[in-house]
Amino acid sequence: MSSVLAHGGDVAALTGRHLRHLRRTPEKIIGVALTPVAMVVILGYLFATVVEVKNTGGSYREYIMAGVFAQVGLSCIGITAIGVAGDLGKGLIDRFRSLPMGRATVLVSHTLADLAAAALSILLVAVTGLAVGWRVHGSFLENLTGFLLLLGFAYAMLWVGALLGMVMRNLEAISGVAALLLVLFSFLSSSFMPLTGLPGWLRTVAEWNPVSAVSEACRQLWGNTGPAASGSFPVENAVLVSALSIGLLVAVLIPLSLRVYRISATR
Amino acid sequence: MNTAIEAAGLTKQYGGHRALDGVDLSVEAGTVLGLLGPNGAGKTTTVRTLATLLEPDAGTARVAGFDIVRQRREVRRRIGLAGQYAAVDELLTGRENLVLLGRLLRLGRRGSAARAAELLAQFELEAAADKPAKEYSGGMRRRLDLAVSLIAAPEVLFLDEPTTGLDPASRATLWRMVQDQVDQGVTVLLTTQYLEEADFLADRILVVDRGRVIAEGTSDELKRKVGGERLEVAVADGSALAQAAAVLAPLAVAPPQLDERQRTVHVQLPDGMGALASAATALDYAGVTVEEFALRRPSLDDVFFHLTGEATGAPGPREAAKAEASV
Repeated sequence: MSSVLAHGGDVAALTGRHLRHLRRTPEKIIGVALTPVAMVVILGYLFATVVEVKNTGGSYREYIMAGVFAQVGLSCIGITAIGVAGDLGKGLIDRFRSLPMGRATVLVSHTLADLAAAALSILLVAVTGLAVGWRVHGSFLENLTGFLLLLGFAYAMLWVGALLGMVMRNLEAISGVAALLLVLFSFLSSSFMPLTGLPGWLRTVAEWNPVSAVSEACRQLWGNTGPAASGSFPVENAVLVSALSIGLLVAVLIPLSLRVYRISATR
Repeated sequence: MNTAIEAAGLTKQYGGHRALDGVDLSVEAGTVLGLLGPNGAGKTTTVRTLATLLEPDAGTARVAGFDIVRQRREVRRRIGLAGQYAAVDELLTGRENLVLLGRLLRLGRRGSAARAAELLAQFELEAAADKPAKEYSGGMRRRLDLAVSLIAAPEVLFLDEPTTGLDPASRATLWRMVQDQVDQGVTVLLTTQYLEEADFLADRILVVDRGRVIAEGTSDELKRKVGGERLEVAVADGSALAQAAAVLAPLAVAPPQLDERQRTVHVQLPDGMGALASAATALDYAGVTVEEFALRRPSLDDVFFHLTGEATGAPGPREAAKAEASV
């Protein structure tokens, strides 16, 4: 019991460190929220005039909001990656490892603090969305579930970032890869367009993309789409599929990251 | 006296490269061991292994009485580590850096704050205590790094090239601060490329090269290996250099060495004042105008060169015990 408390104290101390970083470098949150906020404006105003989405009860502006929120999760990859790589490069991880601390403490506190950044970014995007006319139409519980799914997805993506940061130590290279992942996974999904027009195999890939599952689930929970007519499994069971894929990602990524942490720090 | 650090046969292999090839060492509690060697000799690997950051492929070591592999956590409670690059968090203030490490070492919030204030005073960082570390000068960063490594009053302190890149004044300050810790009974293992630093701080010196210990002893013992004191004679006129050498040659135990650029003759004389007096008389008699007449003890630089056949990377100022005499 006392060791659990001590570990909790370590995580609290290190998370406090990262939250201080966040307060002193607010541009970090802007970096995460900027692309999604720009997407709301660009897609909501420019594309909305030419895109007509079938099977949506609401407008295209309502349709894309869930996708934009999922994009916040993807852009979280970069912040954790850069934070972890920076600590490794400056020898801070060496110092932390020379302390009698739990093995997971460093990465757990990195991801917890960055989750706070993700939550703030989601809030920023929500405010922008409300300003352009987006609304949620679900029950309180449904609306809340949507946001919890988004936070869970962001948390999984933070661990992708931790892994990326440890494997690629170079900060410029990390920025490039993070940007590529952001574009690839958000556009190869139902975030900004229904997948009905895609050729067969590509459609399957895109439908099983966790980003599609998460944004489809949110749209359904928030009532931002019409009844799902195209009956493929991941679309009809979006909430289940998204929850399962987040769980699977976290279950694989956390032990893998901790393992890589042990190896990469001992190089 | 008990032993604070003891290692036997430490070996670490990276692919085909043997970073450590059977390192043995032993440091008595309360003393300083200097690990001296060129880049890539295995100094840092030795420190990282003893500080439990690396697991050795073979060999055993005990630090502060605990095994570095099997009792890692016990070792970690008792050591401090200050690395090559000052590992401080640049976005946090000096005080926050100290408090963070204090909390991670379980001193509690209040205990950490009190200890941080104490160390900030001790390391002359009070004025900058609440500024972010990125605004610190190189010397201040190193001092903060050292202070952070001392937060939980460790028994054993590992310093990996603590003054690399510092100006002489900051280096002297840091040396004084390390010496203070030693006076309080802390055992220190120090790696350095500066022979001067090992000479100043270390009680015993281990010379390492290619993952092996190639010499061990006090600074004086190592210098004695290279031979006794040498006479250096600088002449006013370069053309008189050959003449000076010719005059000194019959008195010397080995042929004199000429340095044309410095207009200097180096010569090794037999021990005793008699030889020195004869040399001075002979030069005076031959009418050579002497600018400098000095006895120089071999520096650790000479020791290193003698042992490895390579000069060290760092051109530290050669320390000399000069006995200048007017001629």
